[in-house]
Amino acid sequence: MAAVMEGAKGSRRDRFLSPVNLRRWQTFCANRRGYWSLWIFLILFVVTLFAEFVANDRPLYVSYDGQSFFPVFVDYPETRFGGDFETSAEYRDPFVAELIEEKGWMLWPLIRYSYDTVNYELPVPAPAPPSAENWIGTDDQGRDVLARVIYGFRISILFGLALTVFSSIIGVAVGAVQGYLGGWVDLVGQRFLEVWSGLPVLYLLIILASIVEPNFWWLLGLMLLFSWMSLVGVVRAEVLRARNLDYVRAAAALGVGRWTILVRHVLPNAMVATLTFLPFILNGSITTLTSLDFLGFGLPPGSASLGELLAQGKQNLQAPWLGITAFLVLAVMLSLLIFIGEAVRDAFDPRKSLQ
Amino acid sequence: MSAVVSEFASSTEAGQALVEVRALTRRFDVSSPWLNRVLQREPRRILTAVDDVSFDIARGSTYALVGESGSGKSTIAKMVLGLLAPSAGQVLIDGSDLSRADAAANANVRRRVQMIFQDPHASLNPRWRVGDIISEPIEAFGLAANSGERADRVVELLAQVGLSAADATKFPHQFSGGQKQRIGIARALASNPEFIVCDEPTSALDVSVQAQVLNLMRDLQAELGLTYLFITHDLSVVQYMADEVGVLYLGRLVETASREALFASPRHPYTRMLLEAAPRLDGFGREHVIDGGEIPDPINPPAGCHYHPRCPLANARCQSEIPLVRDVQWSRVACHEAEHTGL
Repeated sequence: MAAVMEGAKGSRRDRFLSPVNLRRWQTFCANRRGYWSLWIFLILFVVTLFAEFVANDRPLYVSYDGQSFFPVFVDYPETRFGGDFETSAEYRDPFVAELIEEKGWMLWPLIRYSYDTVNYELPVPAPAPPSAENWIGTDDQGRDVLARVIYGFRISILFGLALTVFSSIIGVAVGAVQGYLGGWVDLVGQRFLEVWSGLPVLYLLIILASIVEPNFWWLLGLMLLFSWMSLVGVVRAEVLRARNLDYVRAAAALGVGRWTILVRHVLPNAMVATLTFLPFILNGSITTLTSLDFLGFGLPPGSASLGELLAQGKQNLQAPWLGITAFLVLAVMLSLLIFIGEAVRDAFDPRKSLQ
Repeated sequence: MSAVVSEFASSTEAGQALVEVRALTRRFDVSSPWLNRVLQREPRRILTAVDDVSFDIARGSTYALVGESGSGKSTIAKMVLGLLAPSAGQVLIDGSDLSRADAAANANVRRRVQMIFQDPHASLNPRWRVGDIISEPIEAFGLAANSGERADRVVELLAQVGLSAADATKFPHQFSGGQKQRIGIARALASNPEFIVCDEPTSALDVSVQAQVLNLMRDLQAELGLTYLFITHDLSVVQYMADEVGVLYLGRLVETASREALFASPRHPYTRMLLEAAPRLDGFGREHVIDGGEIPDPINPPAGCHYHPRCPLANARCQSEIPLVRDVQWSRVACHEAEHTGL
């Protein structure tokens, strides 16, 4: 068999992707807008994933008295650098900076602010307009907007991805079970879905958010209660269709177990529809989080959040850099995801990929 | 004549029965939903797809089930495979009942019973490589200790059906219809079965390819001692493959006979009609007279003998009394007038 495998001709990619998937990848690449959107999005995502190394109020590296320090990873007390306090060093403090500069040097990240670093040396009352120090200004609490945007982008995408992954898992599982078992399970499930999807989600989230102190995981859980429904219909329909395909019946006749058939033969059919939906679900998740933050029922106060920035922009119309930045970041992020989603949809379109 | 009789008799007693089908019945409820039924005052509609069918298949022989579409051939196949529970009656494979026996015993019987499908294009998962398709039953029954052993078995199976080892890494769409059916046969052989249900295995193939596939199946039968249940509507395939033939009409077995007896002297009027209706070059030696009529509505089948509206011999008795199966010469026939059909 190994010899057979080696004997298979074709490029490296041929061997990893089945012909259908290879054609899909080619169709995806043929949509240039989606292709470049994917790259831009990936670059932005990876950069913001390492936000601590891009925007931080601690230096990446400190050389002091011949020794190396990595303040991003480790908290060093101020006394370590000859200061007076046992608390962790405030590297932005001119006094501490001077102490370190005497016996060494510091390597700072590109932006010397974290999302919650307050610039106490603003020449004007906050929100301060863009300057050499704060490239797109500060918000109404004197925090650097660029740093907050970087961290906000990251938390939005991570939240959106987590919500998408979890709601897909639940949605696919529920849809698959309903479609595969059919009968009463399907009937009761569909009626429950109709009732559940009729609940006013935003009001419920607001009520629940007033009972518990919402954090990332609470919000994820609360939104998951309602977001899992988006895929159930699609997956259920696909499974209803696929369970009557000849090769699925063939597997049953050959003696393959019921659930093995579901996972190995039926679900791959549903995955196409699911994958096509994922970018759009991701977009929806991000928008929901942003709107909750905008209304003040989202992430805890002080967190970097695009919705909160949007709300500040609304309250501070005299500081247009707040509203414009939030708008631009959201617009670019959502547009990129939509463009990627369109290319994915093209790639999985059977009329295009099965020619 | 007596020599002929003994020859026919010996061919039916080739071995002890591997498969016993006993009074098999399957009814389907095809009524509309309850609310519609109440509002429109419709009665329940029950379709009897298979009605009291019994036959035995001797070990190492080929039993052909012939009938028009809607006669219940495929329903019988599903029940024999244990994919569909019978409404009444049972299927015994080497003495054990697939629909009743416990799971552990079932797995062993399941392994010994496999199926070859009608449409080779649809019955192979287009996303899987041929090697994975063929090793699926091996995996399902845990017949290989490791992946190397499994791969060896796949190569062996591919060789057995006349394909090359390199084909294991290809996808189904890279093969012709006949080759796909060979893959289907290799998959059916993967679990070392004794009994294979073939549901019109050649009806989706070109005539030239049909013969190759049928020859392959005959060779495999001789080599591995397989028992076939062969479902078809093609009488030339029956003549080529079958040892025993059962003729189905609207879910009832109207005639059972050895191949020689059936083609030489069909006893049931329906069998005669089938033989006469078959397109042929040389003919089966009879005048070409075709009875009129279509297969009736299986939900409201005719009373008495289901065939009486189309039967040239029908009389008042046929319209009221269901004919019992009885021996007439070399055949077992369900017809009141079977004595009068001889040539």
